[in-house]
Amino acid sequence: MTVTLFIPCFIDAVYPRAGISMVEILERLGHRVECPGEAACCGQPPFNSGYWDEARPIAAKVLQQLATAEAVVIGSGSCGAMVKKFYPELFAGRPEAALAQAVASRTWEFSDFIASKLGVTELGAKFPHKVTFHDGCHGLRELGVKQSPRALMAKVQGLELVEMAEAETCCGFGGTFSAKFPMISTAMGDVKCASAIETGAEYIVSNDSSCLMHLQGLLTRQGKPLKTIHLAEVLNHR
Amino acid sequence: MSSFVSQFKAAASVKTADLRHRQVIRTALRSYEVVRDKRKAAFQSWESARQAAAETKWEAVNHLDTHLEALTAKLEARGTKVHWASNAAQAREIITQILRDKKARSIIKSKAMTSEEIHLNDALEAAGFTVVESDLGEFIVQLRHEPPYHIVFPSMHLTRGEIKDLFQKELGDAPSDSPEDLTMVARRVMRQKYLTADVGFTGANFAIAETGMISITENEGNARLTAALPKTMVTLLGIEKVLPKFADLALFLPMLATAGAGQPMTCYNTMYSGPRQPGEVDGPEEWHVVLLDNRRTELLADPEQRDALHCIRCGACLNVCPIFRNVGGHTYGTTYSGPVGSVITPHLRGLQDWKHLSNASSLCGACTEACPVKIDLHHHLLHNRRNASTNEPAFFERLSYQAFGLLANEPGLWWLAKKIGWLTQPLQKLVKGSALDPAKAWTKTRDLPPLPQETFKDWWKNRK
Repeated sequence: MTVTLFIPCFIDAVYPRAGISMVEILERLGHRVECPGEAACCGQPPFNSGYWDEARPIAAKVLQQLATAEAVVIGSGSCGAMVKKFYPELFAGRPEAALAQAVASRTWEFSDFIASKLGVTELGAKFPHKVTFHDGCHGLRELGVKQSPRALMAKVQGLELVEMAEAETCCGFGGTFSAKFPMISTAMGDVKCASAIETGAEYIVSNDSSCLMHLQGLLTRQGKPLKTIHLAEVLNHR
Repeated sequence: MSSFVSQFKAAASVKTADLRHRQVIRTALRSYEVVRDKRKAAFQSWESARQAAAETKWEAVNHLDTHLEALTAKLEARGTKVHWASNAAQAREIITQILRDKKARSIIKSKAMTSEEIHLNDALEAAGFTVVESDLGEFIVQLRHEPPYHIVFPSMHLTRGEIKDLFQKELGDAPSDSPEDLTMVARRVMRQKYLTADVGFTGANFAIAETGMISITENEGNARLTAALPKTMVTLLGIEKVLPKFADLALFLPMLATAGAGQPMTCYNTMYSGPRQPGEVDGPEEWHVVLLDNRRTELLADPEQRDALHCIRCGACLNVCPIFRNVGGHTYGTTYSGPVGSVITPHLRGLQDWKHLSNASSLCGACTEACPVKIDLHHHLLHNRRNASTNEPAFFERLSYQAFGLLANEPGLWWLAKKIGWLTQPLQKLVKGSALDPAKAWTKTRDLPPLPQETFKDWWKNRK
């Protein structure tokens, strides 16, 4: 099938390795990958700050780029939730409403697309490390993605997954929240890092780069050896 | 910036840096989580119970007028005096007048968040009455001259040692920090107050339209004494507390106990249906029920957020909220704290003054998942943000999102912005975390990730 991969702004500008891994995995599975060149961001920063009028032109551009896609795959639970869950609300009662519904119904978070839609879990990956997994809240609660990343990690050779305490607690990133209320965001991140460190893992793996940027920022500043990595990079590691 | 937001930020900065506070709250909530999960598992299906509860509250709230009229008629038929208060000032006036008519001097109270909402204690004390809180947690925070920390656990922020010291200082008696000893000290003080109180004041957990009953749930027996000993009883409740049928309690009592405190049932559940009737030997001679609106009908008029009136004040959303757990209850500066407080306070006290509480959330959704009556809490935080920004947009914030929109929708500009970001990285490092750093809100505690020279889009283009 032809998979339209929507690369979120974070992955494009900061973590290209995660996006490249997604392309390579999908191609290895025999699919044709398209990346719409003009869609840059899903529009979450203005949307989550309440500036829906400012978010609509950004989201409309994304919709236009994804309009004819057979399947839309997004390598972030957060941006995935934006397109799948919030675009229909953002465009409710507007001319783009039907298109927003249609695109939402064909949109998948990356790990869920592989494991649930394609039904594949064995990707031939090797990652001989002890890891813990952080569920980004939007992927977990808006999209209900919990088992897919674990099913995929279970087939990675050498990977040992140790779940952390309070695994479903937010890491504290929260988009613009992290800059508007940095003291709360940092405290939440410290709690999350402490839970991850307790597991003795070498890596925090997640399907959301934005959570990882926040956690890695704290870990680096505090000189902690624990590292962060996107799930797609783990699944593409051979 | 409104004074409320600066107070919130200042208090949040203090509390998030207080690791001891974090530990006290975490320890308290860990034991709650264990028992809550055990009790939830005892339901045949917790999810079906939530759905049924949400549907019952939907019916109650969407036909509130009918249910309130039925409730009032039944209450009055048995001699209860029902009062309607549009706002806090009216409610305080009604209650003060009842006390004056009864020539009362001292009032004993059981736990009532609505009385916190209308600042009743301050008003009564200013009018010369003596007010004593009889719920142990409320009694403790009253001795400290502070509001309850949590809507269900008013003194959860205090350790036994701190309570012992407080009792020693204020009551001159605290043999040890064991819960039994501390309870006995409070009990001795309170028993005297019960015997001398002229009026007993209570809140309510539910009001049953069908039978005209007020249901009060408690663990200490203090509400029963408050209702039974003084000659006059006054009950204050929000109009949203009404449930259509008596049988609804079969679901709501165990659900409130489970979600609120991890109990199968709260120790004492009492249904009050009127003052002392002819031939009865106990109970108050007079009972006044005050129904409080205080802008609840404005929330009722908002179809998008009307389900916030489903709230049964169990506190489950506070307990799971990572914001609440880190900033604590007092930081909010509101009667109702945590996620539900952040949702309803802008409706009760003004959107522009209280919108910061809706912004102070990562929108993680743990609250919505925990809510036994399925209030769409975290999405309402988003809706409050949208309403606040639409009504009164912040000039620079809107401008920055407009500029961001231009960049995002114009591939050439987007490319340029990324290149500028990459090129200016070394400069940013020089000012990292200082006042000159444009990203200082981030970099004060966190490093920024190094930006790659080749972005994903560069790679994609080069590859083709």
